[in-house]
Amino acid sequence: MRAIRPKTRASHREHVVTIDSDSAPRIMFSGERFLLEDLPIGTRVIYPRRPMTQVANPRAAIRYALSHPDGMEPLHALLSPGMKVTIAVDDISMPLPIMRTPDVRQLVLEAVCEMLADHGVDDVHIIIALGLHRRMHDWEIKRMVGPKVWADYWPDRLYNHDACDPDGMVVMGKTPHGELVELNRRAADSDLCIYVNLNFVPMNGGHKSMAVGLCGYESLKSHHTPKGIVASDSFMDPPNSFLTHSFVRQGRLVEKHVKVFHIETVLNNRIYDGPLSFLMKNEDNFTETDRLKFSAMKWALDKMPFAARRELLMRTPAGYELIGCWAGACEPVHEKVIAKSSEQYCVEVEGQADILICGIPFVSPYNVNSKALNPLLVQVMALGYFYHMYRGKSLLRDGGVLIITHPCSDRFDPVHHPSYIEFFNRILTETTDSYTLEKKYQDEFAYNPSYVEMYRRGNAYHGAHPFYMWYWGQRGREKVSRVIVVGADNVTVPSIMGWETAGSMAEAVAMARGTMGRSAQITMLHQPPIVMADVK
Amino acid sequence: MPTPHPKYRNSAAFYDVDGTLIRVNIVHAFSYYASRHASLATSALRTLRTAASVPVFWAADKLSRKWFNEIFYQSYAGASEDRLVMLADELFEDVIKPNIYPRAPELIADSRRAGCRQVLLSGALDFTMRPLAKYLGVDDLIANSLEFQDGYATGKLKKPFVAGATKADIMRGYARQHGIDLSESWAYSDSFSDFPMLAVVGHPTACNPDFRLLRVARSYDWPVLDLDEDPERAVSRRPRGLRRVRRTPE
Repeated sequence: MRAIRPKTRASHREHVVTIDSDSAPRIMFSGERFLLEDLPIGTRVIYPRRPMTQVANPRAAIRYALSHPDGMEPLHALLSPGMKVTIAVDDISMPLPIMRTPDVRQLVLEAVCEMLADHGVDDVHIIIALGLHRRMHDWEIKRMVGPKVWADYWPDRLYNHDACDPDGMVVMGKTPHGELVELNRRAADSDLCIYVNLNFVPMNGGHKSMAVGLCGYESLKSHHTPKGIVASDSFMDPPNSFLTHSFVRQGRLVEKHVKVFHIETVLNNRIYDGPLSFLMKNEDNFTETDRLKFSAMKWALDKMPFAARRELLMRTPAGYELIGCWAGACEPVHEKVIAKSSEQYCVEVEGQADILICGIPFVSPYNVNSKALNPLLVQVMALGYFYHMYRGKSLLRDGGVLIITHPCSDRFDPVHHPSYIEFFNRILTETTDSYTLEKKYQDEFAYNPSYVEMYRRGNAYHGAHPFYMWYWGQRGREKVSRVIVVGADNVTVPSIMGWETAGSMAEAVAMARGTMGRSAQITMLHQPPIVMADVK
Repeated sequence: MPTPHPKYRNSAAFYDVDGTLIRVNIVHAFSYYASRHASLATSALRTLRTAASVPVFWAADKLSRKWFNEIFYQSYAGASEDRLVMLADELFEDVIKPNIYPRAPELIADSRRAGCRQVLLSGALDFTMRPLAKYLGVDDLIANSLEFQDGYATGKLKKPFVAGATKADIMRGYARQHGIDLSESWAYSDSFSDFPMLAVVGHPTACNPDFRLLRVARSYDWPVLDLDEDPERAVSRRPRGLRRVRRTPE
């Protein structure tokens, strides 16, 4: 892998570009297509930082972390022959899109499994810590853990977590705040748990790993609530996130009973490289070749059928690289990981925006290898993830207007998202009020035997998952005055979610200015890759 | 552990059996009986006659489930009740039990855990279904019954026939009798002929559906289950070009 070393330290000016009369049009995602839009003069475009240089030798960095942990003894000192060890590992909801092989999780697992074998530890299970996400397909697991771990552990000692297994879950107790904590029985009964985390956004990792990855539905109910989301300002800013505080309480309770050795990794943001590296550039700096490449790609994607377009994008792996690995006790490790990921993802921005423009891509954490980014996931990307991409002060001011670009097609994947279909068509058309939905319908979906079966033995998200997706956008819904969709292929789907549609970006901006005034400050969040705003 | 949702206390789950929970159907059951006669010659003759009738059964089933029942159950005429009941346990052990879909018992267990009453609703004969109902631990079995005279089958079914729209009527009657709320109940079937049974409940679910039912399920956004998939593995949705992943040899 070629590492591109930045010539200079990234500066504020490099990341915030103001559109003037000579500026090039900007590229933005619109599902499986790209749009090229002229933005109004004075619009700020926020670009991510350049990818940080990867560690020189990832395997050595991982081994160093295992031998020099924070707040715990080295891993080898915790091992003794005959002990029972459970390794929990993050699922493929991150990174997005899937990363090139070898996956960082493969590198960590190979190092850990080798160390366990060297110390005579044979009773080892590897559990994919799904929480209530869908079970990973076998070929996805093989790709993620690599051929060696696959050959040694699958299927008896490498499997998906099952939050609905009545014999496989155990109640650990309640936190001082009354939050129930359930945990995977195998993990709870182990002498040592090792959690292999891949940190992609600041919300992940830390106590969330054990408290959510190996939890049951009843314990997730404590924090995955509309109230919890509204109280998180933002959920990407751990100190100000209600969610994180709840994860910490639950995680601390788990670690009172179970010894957990955390291994956390941080990736850079090299989402596209090689022939697609132009997508990471400021459009004003495009060369003639870049423009030709983009035109060719756009033309080809526009001509392709939907399914082929989607497969092509989904099967183009990202070139993410390891920029840090830490191991040991949860809190000191996570503190270092958050600092490192903030260094990569956070960009300083002066002042809030009145109008925020976001291109919604084809992928979210919940539709990897699925047949579509369904409307609920479009909503979670817009009002959940992108709205919350800030620390301190929200990038879009309260009462501001959010403009997104996506076709918002009425497409769902019936294998991965069966409960989403009923939720969207039956429940959301009755009420969009999250508090009513939570009270009236959430348990009904969670205990629906068909959905339970599809979660436990098929590849479906848990029956309650679409509710969480809707709650995820609750703070955004309460703070944003209007959401305008550009490029929607229908008006029904946006209107069910309370959104408006516009035929073009110019029309959407005019509509937004109708609310926010002619002098409204417009900001575009340039994706890919991920960028978070530190608003001053 | 979590308790079932109170809303499901008055719910039931109705399962069609042939093709939904098990791979075999009533023709397999009849063939088993035909091949288990005391006389070798009679066994051979009846087996051949059953094999020759399969196209007729198939055509009748395509035209009308009622016609199929009338033609098919004529084949039982003259069979002794004792023999049919006695062989039912063997039929279950030899034919039905090995052909239960791998994910079917867990589906029933999950449904029971949710608080639903479990009911098998089958067009097969009651005595062939009883060992299965006992094995799966369901609460009730509703199936067709043969008419017997002096201990011998007449070749006719007792009315009402459990098939097609009648299944929906039977479910309504059952719901009234047991205080079941059909709008909060489930029905599981593999065949479009059971559309009325699926349409009468609030949570219809297609299991291993035929092409017509699959199309209907997709249009109405009903969940579709594949109970024939190994519960230990999730092999569907394999991208083209990737080889099927095999289990490591023991």
